[in-house]
Amino acid sequence: MTEVSMTVNGVSVGGSVEGRTLLSSFLREQLGLTGTHVGCDTSQCGACVVHVNGDAVKSCTILAVEANGAEVATIEGQAAEDGTLSVVQQAFQDHHGLQCGFCTPGMVMSTLALLKDNPKPSEAEVRKYLEGNICRCTGYHNIVRAIMAASGQDVAIAAE
Amino acid sequence: MPKDHGIGASPKRREDIRFLTGNGNYTDDMNIAGQAYIHFLRSDVAHGTINGIDTAAAAAMPGVVKIFTSVDFEGVGGVPCGWEITDRQGNAMQEPKHPILAEGKVRYVGEMIAAVIAETADLARDAAEAIDLDITDLPAVVNMRAALVDGSPKVHDDLTSNLCYDWGFVEENRDAVDAAIKGAAHVTTLELVNNRLIANPMEPRVCIGDYDRSSGDSTLFTTSQNPHVVRLLMGAFVLGIPEHKLRVVSPDVGGGFGTKIFHYAEEAFSTFAAKVCNRAVKWTSSRSEAFMSDAHGRDHVTKIELALDGDNNFVAVRTDTHANMGAYLSTFAPAVPTWLHGTLMAGNYKTPLIYVNVKAVFTNTVPVDAYRGAGRPEATFQLERVIDKAAIELGVDPIALRRQNFVTEFPYATPVAVEYDTGDYNATMDKLEQMADFAGFEARRAESEKNGKLRGLGVNTYIEACGIAPSNLVGQLGARAGLYESATVRVNATGGLVVMTGSHSHGQGHETSFPQVIAEMIGIDESMIEIVHGDTAKVPMGMGTYGSRSLAVGGSAMVRATEKIINKAKKIAAHLMEASDADIELKDGTFSVAGTDKSVAWGDVTLAAYVPHNYPLEDIEPGLEETAFYDPANFTYPAGAYACEVEVDKETGQVTIERMMAADDFGNIVNPMIVDGQVHGGLAQGIGQALLEGCIYDDDGQLLSASFMDYAMPRADDLPNFEVDHSCQTPCTHNPLGVKGCGEAGAIGSPPSVVNAVVNALRSGGADVTHVDMPLSPSRVWEAMQS
Ligand code: FES
Ligand code: FES
Repeated sequence: MTEVSMTVNGVSVGGSVEGRTLLSSFLREQLGLTGTHVGCDTSQCGACVVHVNGDAVKSCTILAVEANGAEVATIEGQAAEDGTLSVVQQAFQDHHGLQCGFCTPGMVMSTLALLKDNPKPSEAEVRKYLEGNICRCTGYHNIVRAIMAASGQDVAIAAE
Repeated sequence: MPKDHGIGASPKRREDIRFLTGNGNYTDDMNIAGQAYIHFLRSDVAHGTINGIDTAAAAAMPGVVKIFTSVDFEGVGGVPCGWEITDRQGNAMQEPKHPILAEGKVRYVGEMIAAVIAETADLARDAAEAIDLDITDLPAVVNMRAALVDGSPKVHDDLTSNLCYDWGFVEENRDAVDAAIKGAAHVTTLELVNNRLIANPMEPRVCIGDYDRSSGDSTLFTTSQNPHVVRLLMGAFVLGIPEHKLRVVSPDVGGGFGTKIFHYAEEAFSTFAAKVCNRAVKWTSSRSEAFMSDAHGRDHVTKIELALDGDNNFVAVRTDTHANMGAYLSTFAPAVPTWLHGTLMAGNYKTPLIYVNVKAVFTNTVPVDAYRGAGRPEATFQLERVIDKAAIELGVDPIALRRQNFVTEFPYATPVAVEYDTGDYNATMDKLEQMADFAGFEARRAESEKNGKLRGLGVNTYIEACGIAPSNLVGQLGARAGLYESATVRVNATGGLVVMTGSHSHGQGHETSFPQVIAEMIGIDESMIEIVHGDTAKVPMGMGTYGSRSLAVGGSAMVRATEKIINKAKKIAAHLMEASDADIELKDGTFSVAGTDKSVAWGDVTLAAYVPHNYPLEDIEPGLEETAFYDPANFTYPAGAYACEVEVDKETGQVTIERMMAADDFGNIVNPMIVDGQVHGGLAQGIGQALLEGCIYDDDGQLLSASFMDYAMPRADDLPNFEVDHSCQTPCTHNPLGVKGCGEAGAIGSPPSVVNAVVNALRSGGADVTHVDMPLSPSRVWEAMQS
């Protein structure tokens, strides 16, 4: 067992983990941050995306020990203190960019990373960027619209 | 002006807040104090005799609590099948025992042989690796036709063959259909494969079994689309636990698409093991396990013949299908290729004579059962493909050929046992023509040609039977359960409502759309209504969510229960206003006496129901809670017209979907935003089937497409923006909401238009091709282009 410590959503946390413990398991099982989801075991689905030191990372692809000392951000840290949704979260709700919600935390965290690098992406760029995030429910149509809207670009509301 | 409230409005979904903030409560997010973890040891051979299972070394490993094999399940029932098919001779289908852990033999890669319970998931997995299996490989049978040849290896030694049933429908029509085909002016024949798929909801299955020795109560938390059905099947047929001692909970569920309908052996195991170990036990499926243990979908091989007279009227349809059941019968498996497929073979057309033959076959593969659409996509695909082929052979316009044969008068009794209540297939086709700008297609094709691409346009229609019921009909057809839905509406003293529904939401947004219906009926704000679902301890009974039935059947039960509430509330209001019941009107949450200015508010009446100081106690009881069970008189029949435009790269065979258009008739619509989303998701799965997805076994029964690396899930980049419309609305005539259901349409309607479009593109490039099997991979398309 190894002791790790890191900052998650601005809070210092620590725990003892096995060498093989993935960051996704550490977040879910040891910290109880179950918003980060695990949808596969081959690093393909993106349900587990979090930010590590500002970069979007599939938390099932790194070990908890590798995140030792890092700044980690998860879906739980995205809304304001009073519960107000962030711009990206609000756009997902406004444009019906989620159904079962399982892919959603990863989608939101990936979107934040995309918009940081490319604040006004084209629709094609959005679709390309989401290659690592699988959604089985929405057909991506409304996810793409949500992301366009979150980047301040015009889209009609979902029902029209 | 769009409505902002009630039926027809698109309020933002209330469930989104918890999903967007990481506060969803999915089964794997739950943990019970003291829980142990399960790891299943699964077969890595498709067929073999189990000579021995040595668990001694594994049992001695650190953290191991107990190891189970089939001997621990003596006296426990097998996993039951929920539907019995009667074959052409009037005999019951062959139904093998489906043990929880393999007994004596393994029959597919992924079948559970043993289970380790340990203190952590990792320790359970480590110990499972130490179990010593002695298995003698047997030859496997994977191909359905090979499985029916005399001398083929048998999947089940105690059955006479690998044939589950040979079903004819309608058997009495067989000779007349044969004669009509013999005498027809033109017969178009098409052989095709409806590719095997894996549903892959993004949340893998999870079970937590729990047991309370002091009360003797068992609880199962599971990722199910219908917890009450799991309680009934598992309690009554597998473990022998009566309903009052067994609670099944399905909290937030991360997508289902059919594959979470069924009662799985892992559920029974977890419930059983919790009692034996006297502690909670948890299993979380890995995605790799999901590929080899979630029931698969589709997998039909079909020959269809369409006979036409000299004026191009359809005179007969005859089909011959082999349907894969896999190694065991999953809950609904036998019904999918029969009652959910044969009954839809009339499509949108007035073909007078139809005969459907289905041979269901056991193979050494994962059980196959319902996947989004279930039987109806298979029916639609073959019919809409053969019509396009007939149009090519006859040199006629495929849309005109369809229109000429549309059913136009309703109700319409098909020759395959169902009666369409309403529809207007020309209206949806008109709408589609408007959306799709067919007139501009040649110009778009010329543009594609300049870029070295072939452009194709494909069109099709579909009809589906949804809202599965009525119970007396499905009972005659072999269902072993009723197919009603129930709802309890509880009004609290201060006027808020809690609605307990047997429907289950796993992405459909019931928590938002169901209150819209009740808010409209009473004239109060949606925020006063809360939906409770997914817990057998809270909801009296339920048949769950599948077959696009939640609003049509579950919603109708809610309407009935709310009507009872309103009736009783009117009596209370009449008493309060000293008027007669018959004169009471309810509007905008206020009761008034017709023709007077007397009124009482909703909240005054609900308070009186629980504080009955001034109350008609001699006539009615205090309280305001009602339950209704709704059993529909018929299926509902959503229908529509779909079009797809593709580009095909001449060099590589790569297909790109340029446009995907859906004009649907879902009857009345409660929440247009959610309906759009349901269609989008269905379209993505239909396009996935047509272009990308295919579950592949090798001849030894090894699953080759066993991860997201080998099984191509549609990604954002593979799909276009969708163009959807549901403004054509012929309300269902037999449910109180006039709704038809929208969950499966996209997956049913889209595969034929994609294939029709690709064939159209290839023909425009000079290829002599009338069909390409799905998925339309670049290599298949390229090969077809060379013909
Ligand atoms: S769980 Fe990390 S990519 Fe699928
Ligand atoms: S919303 Fe269900 S997987 Fe994306």
